[in-house]
Amino acid sequence: MGDQAEAQDNGPDGNVYSCTGSLTITRAASTQREIDAVDDPLVIDLEGVDKMDTVGAWLVHRAVRDRKAQVRGASKVHQKLLEQVADADQPSRIRPEEGNAAIRAVNELGEAVTDAGRTLVGLLGFLGATVLAFAAIISHPKRFRLNAVVQRFDVVGVRALGIIGLMTFLIGIVIGQQGAVQLQQFGAEVYTINLIGRISVRELATLMTAIMVAGRSGSAFAAQIGTMKITEEVDAMKTIGVSPIEALVVPRLLASVVMMPLLSFYAMVMSLLGGGIFCWISLGIPPLTFIQRLQEVTPVTDLWVGLIKAPVFGFIIALAGCFQGMLVEGNSEEVGTRTTAAVVQSIFLVIVLDAVFAVFFSSVGWI
Amino acid sequence: MSETSTDPRHPNPRGDSDGDGESDVVITIRGLKNSFGDQVIHDGLDLDVRRGEILGVVGGSGTGKSVLMRSIIGLQTPDEGEIEVLGEDMIGRDELEAKNIRRRWGILFQNGALFSTLTVAENVEVPIREYFPYLKPPLLDEIASYKIAMSGLPADAGPKYPSELSGGMRKRAGLARALALDPELLFLDEPTAGLDPIGAAAFDELIENLQKRLELTVFLITHDLDTLWAICDRVAVLSDRKVVAVGTIEQLLALDHPWIQEYFNGPRGRAASAGLQKDHRGA
Repeated sequence: MGDQAEAQDNGPDGNVYSCTGSLTITRAASTQREIDAVDDPLVIDLEGVDKMDTVGAWLVHRAVRDRKAQVRGASKVHQKLLEQVADADQPSRIRPEEGNAAIRAVNELGEAVTDAGRTLVGLLGFLGATVLAFAAIISHPKRFRLNAVVQRFDVVGVRALGIIGLMTFLIGIVIGQQGAVQLQQFGAEVYTINLIGRISVRELATLMTAIMVAGRSGSAFAAQIGTMKITEEVDAMKTIGVSPIEALVVPRLLASVVMMPLLSFYAMVMSLLGGGIFCWISLGIPPLTFIQRLQEVTPVTDLWVGLIKAPVFGFIIALAGCFQGMLVEGNSEEVGTRTTAAVVQSIFLVIVLDAVFAVFFSSVGWI
Repeated sequence: MSETSTDPRHPNPRGDSDGDGESDVVITIRGLKNSFGDQVIHDGLDLDVRRGEILGVVGGSGTGKSVLMRSIIGLQTPDEGEIEVLGEDMIGRDELEAKNIRRRWGILFQNGALFSTLTVAENVEVPIREYFPYLKPPLLDEIASYKIAMSGLPADAGPKYPSELSGGMRKRAGLARALALDPELLFLDEPTAGLDPIGAAAFDELIENLQKRLELTVFLITHDLDTLWAICDRVAVLSDRKVVAVGTIEQLLALDHPWIQEYFNGPRGRAASAGLQKDHRGA
């Protein structure tokens, strides 16, 4: 189809642009260039065109519209195509209006602030609805969904054992190794045990478990509930008379709150195990000595500190996940955005709360 | 369809062959077999789609209408059989060669399948940008605008996102994208499903108009009896894993096939035929 040749001559009517061969989208760019190169008054000769599509017709129509070009030699079919694109000439914007950049920035800032405020209010409302749902379940114990809760226990707790165990085991080794390097400089490597014991039990085991649960389960809560919102399952539940908070949120919250302390305790054990093995192999401290010294230096209040924080973290993670899931509306992209928001929010809140707990426990004397 | 004979693209639509070496038949399917595990969907399916016709494909649920379309457009690799589209063998072609054929067809998926992060106009521009990246943005935007208008959408639909559109508008936007590259062949998967009767009739009319004006060949999967009566030139019936009959509705009605009789002569079939037979071109 590449046999197109153009000629320009200055006849009495104007500058003639003769088009031959195929006038289609394939040649749109070059044809447009060639038409642009011809001076006004423009005459387009379609005599030699044997194939034309709507894009070709549009190029001709454009020249007629913008440059008052004359068209000659158009066959019936070409005429029909030209009329069609002329009918469809309807300037349409491609993207939504963007406006001034400065105004947009201020606008976005304002929207972010109101959004944050609305999210906070929404979260409080959601918390209230959840408490009410708990109250309703307590007063009507038959509505408690044991199967759903047990299934969530499995997903949130049992299935997380592998990854959380491995992670905290490695963290135990890292604490031991890093601590030992520093403490060896004073010949005090035996204090590595203090480091491992106190950091693992008091802080890191619970915190790392919370982060892993947020990444594993918090995100899953948001995605699951969000997808159910999009497929209108949540709406179907409401119309049947099942409360989505009772059916979807309560089991997840319970699972998260119950599983977090258990997982944290398990994480502590794994972390101490990792640290103990490191001490044994690298520092030559036998396991029995490690355990004995651990008992001496790690107060039992450290265990309470770690275990008291865990259910609170679990609650925050599940609340943020379910809340964001319930906020999903519209398209599938939203599910992704909300899932990300759920994870970011829950990890952020967990770390803020951890700081609050640290201050609180030191002021009550559990140092 | 006498007007096709004046079309310079197909100077001899009813003849044996023309200058381009392209024949009267745009899609040829021979001995197609598709199965999922033990479940055989098609077995020995043959079908021809002629240039310039609107072919309706009907069949009960699960007879593999969509699978047939997916096989033709290369989304599903059949177990056996030959599929020829626009004179090119489609099975086992490499991606680069297949791309040249893909440029010549447009597809409207059941739910529009619009890209949700792009506006309607940007959706229409996607195929054009893919194949003609050197087109200048102003021209590209104008092309998108007239395609949107051709599909019967108002001008303010261009900058909207798919989630802001109604179901009928989403189908029209999907059609605008399917028409982006001026295809010769248009595949429509249940275009009127989920539309109200007025919207469905308007969509039928739109398809018929576009088909006439742009000389398209249309492969139309539908459950909508009104659509069949109103715009289809021929109807292919899928049943028992193959195409059991192809022809005008009048020809199909004369056949003694239980499913066909039940389909067209059931209460809904009779109502549709009473309402629309007058308008039918074959009647």
